[in-house]
Amino acid sequence: MSEAPVRVGLFVTCLVDLFRPSVGFAAVKLLEEAGCSVEVPAAQTCCGQPAYNSGDKADAKAIARQVIDAFASFDYVVVPSGSCGGMIKEHYPALFADDPALFQRAQHLAKRTHELVSFLADVRGLERVSAHYDGVATYHDSCSGLRELGVKQQPRKLLAAVEGLTLKELPGAEVCCGFGGTFCVKYPEISERMAADKAADIAATGADTLLAGDLGCLLNMAGKLSRLANPVRVRHVAEVLADMSDETPPIGAPARAEPR
Amino acid sequence: MQATSHSFKANAHQALGNANLQKALHLMRSGFPARRAAAIARLPEFEALREEGKVIKDHVLENLDFYLETFERNVVVRGGEVHWCRTPQEARDTVLAICRRLEAKTVTKGKSMIAEEIALNDHLEQNGITPVETDLGEYIIQIRHEYPSHIIAPAIHLVKEQIAQSFRETHTTLDPARQLDEAPTLVAEARAVLRQKFLAADVGVTGANFCVAETGSTIIVTNEGNGDLTQTLTKAHIVLASLEKMVPTLEDAATILRLLARSATGQEFSTYTTVSTGPRRPGDMDGPEEYHVVFLDNGRSAMLGTEFQDMLRCIRCGACMNHCPVYATVGGHAYGWVYPGPMGAVLTPSLVGIDEAGHLPNASTFCGKCESVCPMKIPLPKMMRHWREREYEKKLSPVTYRSGLALWAFFAKRPALYHMLAEWGARFLGAVGGPHGRFRSLPLAGGWTAGRDMPAPEGRSFQSLWAERQRKKAT
Repeated sequence: MSEAPVRVGLFVTCLVDLFRPSVGFAAVKLLEEAGCSVEVPAAQTCCGQPAYNSGDKADAKAIARQVIDAFASFDYVVVPSGSCGGMIKEHYPALFADDPALFQRAQHLAKRTHELVSFLADVRGLERVSAHYDGVATYHDSCSGLRELGVKQQPRKLLAAVEGLTLKELPGAEVCCGFGGTFCVKYPEISERMAADKAADIAATGADTLLAGDLGCLLNMAGKLSRLANPVRVRHVAEVLADMSDETPPIGAPARAEPR
Repeated sequence: MQATSHSFKANAHQALGNANLQKALHLMRSGFPARRAAAIARLPEFEALREEGKVIKDHVLENLDFYLETFERNVVVRGGEVHWCRTPQEARDTVLAICRRLEAKTVTKGKSMIAEEIALNDHLEQNGITPVETDLGEYIIQIRHEYPSHIIAPAIHLVKEQIAQSFRETHTTLDPARQLDEAPTLVAEARAVLRQKFLAADVGVTGANFCVAETGSTIIVTNEGNGDLTQTLTKAHIVLASLEKMVPTLEDAATILRLLARSATGQEFSTYTTVSTGPRRPGDMDGPEEYHVVFLDNGRSAMLGTEFQDMLRCIRCGACMNHCPVYATVGGHAYGWVYPGPMGAVLTPSLVGIDEAGHLPNASTFCGKCESVCPMKIPLPKMMRHWREREYEKKLSPVTYRSGLALWAFFAKRPALYHMLAEWGARFLGAVGGPHGRFRSLPLAGGWTAGRDMPAPEGRSFQSLWAERQRKKAT
């Protein structure tokens, strides 16, 4: 990667901002190592999915406009989430289908927007990372990243380069964990059962670590595993790829619980 | 049939506690998706076929009046009759009138979702006519006084012990000591019982997988051959169909048939594909004396030209529900009407109203699996979202949810204020929950924490940490 640094705008996502800034810093580290200069526009909050998926198009549009404005000047926009990335890439243009000027801007943004791990692997051509993690990990494919953005092999390819890490495939890795954004608020009982089924699949792998690329799904699965007193360590894949897993306890785990 | 879709949450709660149902759903989960995947892996042109099928159906929907009229003309030419029914009541009355004219006492039935939609069995029974379901799954739920929980596997909510129990209670003339532990013995018993009923029937009712405009034919697919007996042994064959079953030619039907069984059961073809064209002709060995096609609209024509038109491409394969993680968790009855799962979440509000069926398009995680397996490439999540937009416009969602959303949106549209709040929230929740790393319970998140912990925030917001880092860099 000898070319001049590309300017990347990091779309943090509201969940990373509130729950797990470590994922944001892991993303920054990975992007900088991949030859990018990273900026974080302050005029971002959320991608607008809660409004969009609740039928509130007016607020979804207002929030989308905010994002379109804030990220207008970057070479790329990178998102450590397939769900929010999919919202910007797939749904923003659809939101403005009847407004030619904004549609064009939304499309321009969509073309430059990428989910973090697929950006590293596909756009920056990253072949390996220098990271160490002691453990047997299994990987859950979050729905939007998988089906809207085609994120599947990229995290596996990069994880294969992590020293000390063995990847064990999760049966039903492509089955939804039950988070579903507004779904877990509206139908918590069903959501919880889906999380329980996912937790059983995770336990059956015998892995000691669960990784995924979307914090929503991770909070859901970590919350269920923790309630079941299952000691599986849950992390965003970026934390492991950035070799930052020593810097913060796993999701949902107390500060001193990291058995390293 | 009376919809209970408004009670989706309560229905789902019940389903989650039903051990037999959960056992049956677990079996389904491992069965259908694997079989479909294997069938598709053997057909390299499957993706191209999907596109071909979509184009055929889109063309039909753009020219539906033309094809419906062509179909009718060709049915009439061959001595059959077409009946146009706007409502379930009109369809019920049409079928009843034919049965009465023929002085029918028994009506055999092949599987038909339109018959479920118009609650035909109840109507016939109330008028002294005995309907006999001849599809094994439909027969099982008929003797149990239930309704289908799946559009291609109506009794999939049951385990075989429940079916054996129902057979013992219904087939009382058979030896009570007989073995009914295995599926084949259950099938053999049903077959023997039903064979007698076929011979006694006056009228046969079937559904239609396709209505072929160029020949006036209807086509059904079955795995049991019951449809053939239903329509050839009786005086009259009544086909119940809906408008969207139309295809222009037999060639088009053949194209879509290649998609149908693979998507539904993972078979390359269903065991029986039966083409019915008019009544018995002079010299025919068998066949019905009368051939009727009853078309039900029931809200479908109003979907044309709207954002829900694509739904009318549906060929009722059931792949969307076979692959839906919500369906796999609560089963079909929770959806509260004839059509469950993702296709039901879009279609049911169109047919019974969004006021009744408002939950259904909301009860999806938008995981997108349904759209990815739909042989007709129907954008199901997108249309569920359209329904949510209509609900939002009509203010049908709960007030607490709407006001929560409005409050969130107020801040999400004001980044400076939002960041301040996020930092406070992260600090506060981090301080309270941080030592344990998670919350066992949390105000306003009781639904979540009833069965899960809520991981605690790390203690600072990313934006504030980033701003600090930038300031340090600058100095």
